[in-house]
Amino acid sequence: MMVRPGLTRAVAGAVLGGAVGAGGLLAAGAIGIKAEPGQILGLGYLFALFGFLLGIGAFRFWLTWATARPIDAEEEHAWHGTAGDWRRYFRFTTDHKVIGVQYLVTAFALFVTAGSAAMLMRFELAQPGLAFDKEVYNTIMSTHGAMMITVALVSIIGGLGNYLVPIMVGARDMAFPKANALSYWMLPLAVLLVAINPLLGGFDSGWTAYPPLSQQANLGQQAYIMAFVTVGFSSILSSINFLTTVFRMRAPGMSLMRMPILVWALTVTATLGLIATSVVAGAFTMLLFDRVLGTSFFRATRGGDVILFQHLFWFYSHPAVYIMAVPGLGAVLEIVPVFARKPLFAYPLAVLAFVMIGVLSFMVWAHHMFVSGMATFFHIPIMLTTELISVPTGVVFLTALGTIWMGRIRFKTPMLWVFGFLWAFLIGGITGVYLADVPTDIVLSDTFFVVAHFHYTIIGATIYGLFAGTYYWFPKITGRMYDERLGKIHFWWFTIAFNLAFLPMFWLGIEGMRRRVADYPPELGPVNLFVSLMAFNIALSVAVFLYNMVRSWQHGPRAEANPWNAQTLEWQTSSPPPIENFEHIPVVTGTPYRYGSPPIPASPGTVAAPAPGHPQP
Amino acid sequence: MSAEATARHDMGAAAGDHAAESGNMLFGVKLGIASEVMLFAALFAAYFVIRADSGSWPPESFGGERPEILLPGINTLLLLSSSVTMQLAVRAVQRGGGRHLLRWLGATIVLGLAFLSIQGYEYANNGFGLRDGTFGSIFYTLTGFHGFHVLAGLAFIAIVTNRARVGLVTPARHTAVEAASYYWHFVDVVWLFLFSTLYVL
Repeated sequence: MMVRPGLTRAVAGAVLGGAVGAGGLLAAGAIGIKAEPGQILGLGYLFALFGFLLGIGAFRFWLTWATARPIDAEEEHAWHGTAGDWRRYFRFTTDHKVIGVQYLVTAFALFVTAGSAAMLMRFELAQPGLAFDKEVYNTIMSTHGAMMITVALVSIIGGLGNYLVPIMVGARDMAFPKANALSYWMLPLAVLLVAINPLLGGFDSGWTAYPPLSQQANLGQQAYIMAFVTVGFSSILSSINFLTTVFRMRAPGMSLMRMPILVWALTVTATLGLIATSVVAGAFTMLLFDRVLGTSFFRATRGGDVILFQHLFWFYSHPAVYIMAVPGLGAVLEIVPVFARKPLFAYPLAVLAFVMIGVLSFMVWAHHMFVSGMATFFHIPIMLTTELISVPTGVVFLTALGTIWMGRIRFKTPMLWVFGFLWAFLIGGITGVYLADVPTDIVLSDTFFVVAHFHYTIIGATIYGLFAGTYYWFPKITGRMYDERLGKIHFWWFTIAFNLAFLPMFWLGIEGMRRRVADYPPELGPVNLFVSLMAFNIALSVAVFLYNMVRSWQHGPRAEANPWNAQTLEWQTSSPPPIENFEHIPVVTGTPYRYGSPPIPASPGTVAAPAPGHPQP
Repeated sequence: MSAEATARHDMGAAAGDHAAESGNMLFGVKLGIASEVMLFAALFAAYFVIRADSGSWPPESFGGERPEILLPGINTLLLLSSSVTMQLAVRAVQRGGGRHLLRWLGATIVLGLAFLSIQGYEYANNGFGLRDGTFGSIFYTLTGFHGFHVLAGLAFIAIVTNRARVGLVTPARHTAVEAASYYWHFVDVVWLFLFSTLYVL
């Protein structure tokens, strides 16, 4: 009997694949076909990826189908995994809840790795002068960026979204469970490739990978480009899955305007991912061809166009900012009504706002390029659309505020993160105006003002949303309660340290401190030392979070099915939900935010008694 | 909510229901094609930007003329007719004719292979390569990406044909045939854009 498909076989497959791909090209050298190192790495990685996926068992169903052999029903059932068995988290398992946890844990592992890189950066920047080699700093900076972008892209939609969307719309699983598992299992090797890029010489370009630098830099750069395309492919596959699930698998009565707001947010996110990602995949593929096949798309010396890359890159990467932020906004809006005990304020407007964010996000990309040398007639229209997009974003913000207004607020940890979000996203939004306006942007471009701005928006929306959501759904996912006291310590420590670390960066930027540069004028030293100390505090607060999560998952008190007394469907099934989520598919009769009429008591375990004479919604 | 919509939800809710799964599959294929459209949109955007940057087209530094139109013209006819045969295959399976299905699928494969062979011949005799400036880059990347899609489509159709041969494709269960036809028509339409921009305009 063969070894069962699993991690062992996957690793063996990856090694074997890599050896065949790279070795094949090396062997070709013996008969006179000289391959460049980039080509060897490229083919080796491609084969290793296929070997890994074959080994993990990702293609078993499709291979059986393609060769017209009968599909073993028992085996298909086994792919689903057995509830309660921890080993299913390390297998090719099709249960969306397992895949959600896989994404979430991977995202937090990446978050810690990329966070450590940030700590190294702050170590270098704590004092003027150089502690590391400049190339080393560049590599740390680029790796931090590349990994954190991945965290922001996949953590909420891949982790919480995979876990929650099918349950929230009343389905038994995603539309394509096997493709869902495939999307996840494409990530480990890509992430590994980014993690080992220092062994390949590192890369200097940051996550944006602008040519000509990215064409000249060493193999570490190519590793990043290939990993980026892989993550992009996985993201497209998962977008197709989300959209099909949302549009075709909703339970009876779950009309579009009864969907939980998080599902709406993720629908917009998946649409952006579907439409935009292949554009950047195309751009990165052209960049890769320039490097390994000798094309000249972005080689100015041979008639190529460097600005073209920036346009294609930002045509994806600005919508990608919303791919990162909108899930966070959705999580926040999902949590607010539960802890304010009020219906979500202006639900239809919030839906409209998410859709408008999605539409407008395709019309603002060139605001990243005001100093790139692109056509100047493009400046004003892009400035106006960029300012316009603050309207729907503002509506989302007001929806949260309107829900909190006059609510009976329960200050539990998830709700604290919501308040933290409101503050951080406000700062991020206001400072964004200076970067949208061409005159101020030209002054502030590539300074720490930009660094501070996007950390306020992305940490503000995505990371605050992720922490809020992780605490809020922790009882559902693990069946246990987290430690409330540690959660609050985490929140206050993180929030104070985060603000003290990033607010001074606005000032540093105005003073002219350049981003992506290892050194700075000595007079900025004291403020930078303070920023670095606060940054280390952020890391320590995250350690509290990790301890809380690991400890509570093992030993926390058992959670009830609905500890927050919330009304969305995921709380109407057990904690954690059974395989296939529901005993019977629920029939939905109203919106998920019917708090307050009649009042639903905030304490768990009690059932709302209909008020006499009061019509039920 | 309309009665039709309710019916659809019920279908979606019932796990293992073939009609629902088939609908999901075709919906997913359409979404996948939307994403593919954007991939080619990026490549075409690159084409038009690089062409606009260059004073003349093909660029003077490239020297040579554009490739002859005769062979790609024949290829256009081949691919267009393969779309027709593919659609006839779908119609055949919907009407329950197993033998007709195999015949039309086979015809599609033959036309697709002929297309790829002619393209291979063209590649070998063009007199310029991928490394020859922006024209070489964009020409081979666009046609290469498209050719790869043709190859993938052919593999898909071949698998479906084999499944039909052993009787796994029936009038009641023929989602894969329809999915393959969506994809094949998409590949065909991309070629029309390719042909008109690279060879004609």
